[in-house]
Amino acid sequence: MNKNNSLVKLENAGVYKSPKWLVRGISFEVNKGQIVTLIGPNGSGKTTTAKMILNILGTSEGFVKSNTNKMAYVPQKINIDWTMPLRVIDFMKITSSLNNTQITDSLNMTGVDKLLYSQIHSLSGGEFQRVLIARAIATKPDLLVLDEPVQGVDFNGEIALYNLIKKISVTLNCGILLISHDMHFVMSTTDHVICLNGHICCSGNPSSIVKNPEYIKLFGEHNSETLSYYQHQHDHSHDNDGSVSN
Amino acid sequence: MFDDFFTRALIAGIGIAIVTGPLGCLVIWRRLSYFGDTLSHSALLGVTLAYAFSINISLSVFIISGTVALLLLSLQKRTKLAGDSLLGLLAHSSLAIGLVLIGFLSSIRFDLMGLLFGDILAVTIEDIFIIWLGGLIILGILFFIWKSIFAATVNYDLAAAEGMRPELSNFIFTLLLAGVIAISIKMIGALLITGLLLIPAATARSLSSSPLQMVILSTLTGIASVIIGLLSSLEFNTASGPSIIVAGLVLFILSLIPFKRSSALQR
Repeated sequence: MNKNNSLVKLENAGVYKSPKWLVRGISFEVNKGQIVTLIGPNGSGKTTTAKMILNILGTSEGFVKSNTNKMAYVPQKINIDWTMPLRVIDFMKITSSLNNTQITDSLNMTGVDKLLYSQIHSLSGGEFQRVLIARAIATKPDLLVLDEPVQGVDFNGEIALYNLIKKISVTLNCGILLISHDMHFVMSTTDHVICLNGHICCSGNPSSIVKNPEYIKLFGEHNSETLSYYQHQHDHSHDNDGSVSN
Repeated sequence: MFDDFFTRALIAGIGIAIVTGPLGCLVIWRRLSYFGDTLSHSALLGVTLAYAFSINISLSVFIISGTVALLLLSLQKRTKLAGDSLLGLLAHSSLAIGLVLIGFLSSIRFDLMGLLFGDILAVTIEDIFIIWLGGLIILGILFFIWKSIFAATVNYDLAAAEGMRPELSNFIFTLLLAGVIAISIKMIGALLITGLLLIPAATARSLSSSPLQMVILSTLTGIASVIIGLLSSLEFNTASGPSIIVAGLVLFILSLIPFKRSSALQR
């Protein structure tokens, strides 16, 4: 890849939290217009790796070199205390000064524009997740980090949101680091897959990684066959209700 | 106009309420009420030292509360003791040290009740000056870091990831809390300052649907508490600090009863 396209690069990065290494020896980079996916079992350091990239966690060894400070984050878990009255419109603006058009456009993209003046606490899990994604993309970031972004979203919505994520990487030409358990999406739309288990087990493009012995050891023979079988290119997209549109 | 002790108390009290309004909202949102308590308990030590070395009370309280606050922040990172135990440890030990030191300073006559619960008669023109100047500085700084501290309050990781520098604003916010305690200790008293931070903000919560609305309502409720509290303190000859807090409590109860339904309808 062209050096100028690199948004963030990890070199032998690791985080130590007594008494063990959460992750160690992580090296990879995310380039413009690229979707990099982190997969791995629970506790394998996916979120830790994302937090290193976002500069939330410092590295205990190695380093993270980032060429942009326009990063946006969709955290895995977010609890907003009930004592804070917060509407969707307020939440959209917490780290940036967006105008109302930018906010409604972005909410429109994730299908929740009607919730503009709703209280955050009144949203369902799926609605909240859509608001989180809308907030992250509204700022048109260079690097978007999504930590299991579609959890709690219904099946049709999941497909629509994943298509949206794909679309965002193309239209904004931003880099996307995605943590996902949806192997279907990972294998069909991702450019680069990194398989984590405290360290990088294997990495590469989706078609090569499913044949990797390390991957098969971690996810099982059966799973890997199913996934490679599922590889296909989307030539259409789905609306919120699941209907096919172009 | 400043000759009248009651007018002085009123002006001082309103000045304090304007600062505790927004800060109180943050204290509630960030669940820091016990943290506020710890700082205000340690303030007593600050007052004692002010008498011992004859320096300005507000300055001394700010230094001691600020030190305790920073000590707390660093201890939280270092020990495995739970946050609330740590707060209790610092709150009571600094309160105790303050009271022990008072024993040693037997040559100076202390109005302990006044220190703990506030003294309406003690407000001088100099105090008003300190309250309003200090208050304006605190509000100015708060305005400057508002975006960052608010983002950090909603979600620390999000704020950190998107360049809001939450650690720095947390640190500044802690010092602002020490500052508000320093300017209000004489008027409200060490044991009741947290009440003025919390109660108006809690009252505002059930009536607000956005953060800004809550900050404004909290400030207005605080001002109303001060006015009602001081008037009744004059009328019934009660201590100023407790009277203001009781007035705040009454407003809080009122906010729960008649408006609950309408605020639920507003979404």
